[in-house]
Amino acid sequence: MKKKFLSLLLAMVMVLSLAACGGDTEETPAESGETPAEEGSEAPAEGTAFLLGGTGPLTGGAAIYGNAAYRGAQIAVDEINAMGGVQFDLRYEDDQHDAEKAVNAYNVLKDWGMQLSLGSVTSKPCEATAAETYADRIFALTPSASSTATTEGKDNMFQMCFMDPNQGSASATYISEKGLGTKVAIIWKNDDVYSKGIHDTFVAEAAELNLAIVSDTTFADGNDTDFSVQLADAQANDADLVFLPMYYQPASLILSQANSMGYNPKWFGVDGMDGILTMEGFDPALAEGVMLLTPFNADATDDKTVAFVTEYQDRYGETPNQFAADAYDCVYAYKQALEAAGATPDMTAEELCDLMIQQFTSMTFDGLTGEGMTWDATGAVSKSPKGMVIENGAYVGLD
Amino acid sequence: MTFLNFLISGISLGSIYAIIALGYTMVYGIAKMLNFAHGDVIMVGAYICFYAVSRYSMPPLVGVLLAMLVCTVLGIVVERLAYKPLRAAPSLAVLITAIGVSYFLQNAALLLWSSNPKVFPNAFVLKSVDAEGNEVVKNGVELFAGQLKISYVTLATILICIIIMLALTWFTSKTKMGKAMRACSEDKGAAQLMGINVNATISMTFAIGSGLAAVAGVLLCSAYPTLVPTTGSMPGIKAFTAAVFGGIGSIPGALLGGLLLGVIEIFAKAYISTQLSDAIVFAVLIVVLLVKPAGLLGKQIREKV
Amino acid sequence: MANKLSGLRKSTRRNFLTYALVILAFIVLQALITTGSISSSLKGMLVPICAYVVMAVSLNLTVGVLGELSLGHAGFMSVGAFTGVATAILLQDVIPMAPLRLAVGMAVGAAFAALAGFLIGIPVLRLKGDYLAIVTLAFGEIIKSIFNNLYMGVDSKGLHFSLLSDTTNLDETGTLIIGGPMGIGGIQKISTFAAGFVLVMITLVVVFHLVGSRAGRAIMAIRDNRIAAESVGVNVTKYKMMAFVTSAALAGAAGTLFAANYSTIVANKFDFNTSILVLVFVVLGGLGNMLGSIIAAAALTILPEALREFSDYRMLVYAIVLILVMLATNNPTLKSLLARLRPGNREKKEAV
Repeated sequence: MKKKFLSLLLAMVMVLSLAACGGDTEETPAESGETPAEEGSEAPAEGTAFLLGGTGPLTGGAAIYGNAAYRGAQIAVDEINAMGGVQFDLRYEDDQHDAEKAVNAYNVLKDWGMQLSLGSVTSKPCEATAAETYADRIFALTPSASSTATTEGKDNMFQMCFMDPNQGSASATYISEKGLGTKVAIIWKNDDVYSKGIHDTFVAEAAELNLAIVSDTTFADGNDTDFSVQLADAQANDADLVFLPMYYQPASLILSQANSMGYNPKWFGVDGMDGILTMEGFDPALAEGVMLLTPFNADATDDKTVAFVTEYQDRYGETPNQFAADAYDCVYAYKQALEAAGATPDMTAEELCDLMIQQFTSMTFDGLTGEGMTWDATGAVSKSPKGMVIENGAYVGLD
Repeated sequence: MTFLNFLISGISLGSIYAIIALGYTMVYGIAKMLNFAHGDVIMVGAYICFYAVSRYSMPPLVGVLLAMLVCTVLGIVVERLAYKPLRAAPSLAVLITAIGVSYFLQNAALLLWSSNPKVFPNAFVLKSVDAEGNEVVKNGVELFAGQLKISYVTLATILICIIIMLALTWFTSKTKMGKAMRACSEDKGAAQLMGINVNATISMTFAIGSGLAAVAGVLLCSAYPTLVPTTGSMPGIKAFTAAVFGGIGSIPGALLGGLLLGVIEIFAKAYISTQLSDAIVFAVLIVVLLVKPAGLLGKQIREKV
Repeated sequence: MANKLSGLRKSTRRNFLTYALVILAFIVLQALITTGSISSSLKGMLVPICAYVVMAVSLNLTVGVLGELSLGHAGFMSVGAFTGVATAILLQDVIPMAPLRLAVGMAVGAAFAALAGFLIGIPVLRLKGDYLAIVTLAFGEIIKSIFNNLYMGVDSKGLHFSLLSDTTNLDETGTLIIGGPMGIGGIQKISTFAAGFVLVMITLVVVFHLVGSRAGRAIMAIRDNRIAAESVGVNVTKYKMMAFVTSAALAGAAGTLFAANYSTIVANKFDFNTSILVLVFVVLGGLGNMLGSIIAAAALTILPEALREFSDYRMLVYAIVLILVMLATNNPTLKSLLARLRPGNREKKEAV
């Protein structure tokens, strides 16, 4: 009967995969740490580099965020390695924006011998890997996982991006102080931690500031194409400002549908909105006048940003978004901290963890996404979001 | 007037579900398989059209035709390599293979076209020059002094949907190939005995279904213009639901099911809750299937004892 | 021993083989863990593998034994995950012993999933074939939607529930346990490989016992010919429901095991794709073949991890392997070759 045969075949597959998995332990770190050919960089010799690992969605629906972070970090690593001094060996593993796969990916990195972690790119997976890095005493600095639960109760988990609640309250304060709108509508993504986190604090803060929220509607993964109802609700309630705490992909759909409805309120976005102008084929006229709080601006003219953006475009043919910039900053922050602590690559992850906690809570860091950044003991970064407005297809500072 | 606006949004969304559901239902009717890779063929079609129009500045019509060509070829190749060897296998084996094909297409698209979203150009606009010499772009008609707006995409989608449905109905009832398809869907063994080449007929069905998927992809992305490698998966599942709703295997059923699903989805969002709209859509589906277990227009097959 | 075994019924022999292999696998892996010669990667996958094995075996009961295609099995896993883990959190102070707390959580998860299975079974089991499949898909999506909008908190006054938005109004002693789209966070990792092993064994005992019993024969009679079964007085609804609810309950327990292995759990995890994933295990392992399900679940959970060397091409390779395996296992030439190699076997076509 074919059942037996099937079982046999499957058993063989399993033995093979087990063998492949088991093989990882025997490999020396430097061997398995080969960077993909695409990057065109040479890994430093064994034992001279810090093994830096991270997980992020490199495939699946959220792949854009993971790939951006990976590429940003890779550029930073290559630059730093070329300078001499502190050397890094970077490895990113795919977690498909899923907590289970993130833990699997984290374990692969642990087998590799990871000494310093870049956490995970997205919030929920990062909450899962943060519990692991906490238990294993590996220091982690996430470029972009912004939920409160990521760092909560973990002394060795730090963030490069601002936390969701900060963005929510900062947005509300900003709108209220500048008198941008009196009647606010919110459209948010109901099955997304990021969107939900910002929405909740925005609503709470708005209540204190007497900012009227006239329309509060949601969407979710399965129905993120048609926004006519949400927009009609905002329009019917005379909202003069629509707050969009979400990533730029649904936001671009909302802008284009509002445009075809002839609805032109003020739009206000958060850092996830950054990237909207870099979408291939996007008509910048749709985003004219959109305001957003973002730590990074790919059009900025300072040397650091220009160098980074040029390098990114040369390598990948795309404009970097804030995920890439945050990951780039993470690697440089590590460099600064490692140098200040006099850490060497032969230290164990646990030793490095203690040194890094000491450094990060005391140092000041200047990066692409902010000047004079500091971290408190909870792992949250203090940097102030910059208000930007899109004019003629480019960001212009609001202040 | 808001009611009418919602109705139109619903019809617009529904006609896209309908056009995808037509592809599902055709393949199901003849090959008796749930082709879960259909949604991903849609995505491929949309990408081909996007690159043709945006990168190589071809006229939109050429882009659509090119997308149809590529998808038809893709459909035939996938059918030949992945489904044909499984003709005699249990239908669940084919279902799993289709899921494998779906994963394959999504990941191949990710590698080929990157994860960065693309914004699909809207070809359904009228450009004119107003009195001051400025270029005015109109993307829809306005009725009742601007109270009611219908975009050209919506009009085009509904129109194309009806044309395709009529053409398919004519094709299956009047042409030789179409009759062969119906014969295969009734009874493969008997059809073979009557001298119909069952294998060729099934391949033909896949070719037509995939060509339709390309059209669906272009319309989907014209109406909702972001394009990523996973663009096709959720509309694919919704369209599958729509096909079952209308009675899977029935061509008018797919149209009816798609339209109703779209309208219910929009109304559920507008009048009940944006948060629970998906749950409401599926709840309605369950109720309908309990009352009419073979879908709205599906054939109730009596069991022979 | 060999003589004794051959005297037993074939199915009994196969069941023993299954138990023996599972126990053997557990002993070998446990030995590897104790000696520290197992990679963290594989070690980290053991609990999810156990959960997926239970999912696959329980779905096999619905699809293979009962013969009804279910596309919403992850929904029951979701019910079990949320109720079971919430129970475990609530009992944190009452039962300090983690394994016992997990056991209670699993029991509660299984009970709620069984209840969900019963409620869903009433309408679902009246339908047939692909229509039944789509309704299970619909219920799976509805369950996901509900958990995405459910808020549950506890404070000194007891439990508070709310739907759509957080109106639980907890007092200062309160904590929000289920936070809508945020799911449950800060879960203590109380799942262990041993617990997973025990659950797999319990599942096998339950399923084998059910399949081998009078009820199991009735269920298979319904699968093979409903009308014939009905005409000889088999209560179709009752036996269908029995299989469906058992399947749901086991999936619920698997959900609790799975969720208690991660510090956070969200409703979106248990979506259509997870249902499909489990279905792939079942079909690949062979309908009605529990050992096949176990091996398929384990192999396909490990496979994507083993493919990490392909880096960017990993999921592409996974898809190709999946297609090739389906083609190979259904290849008539291979099958007949195999039949010739094993002359003692009666060829029996499988009914789907």
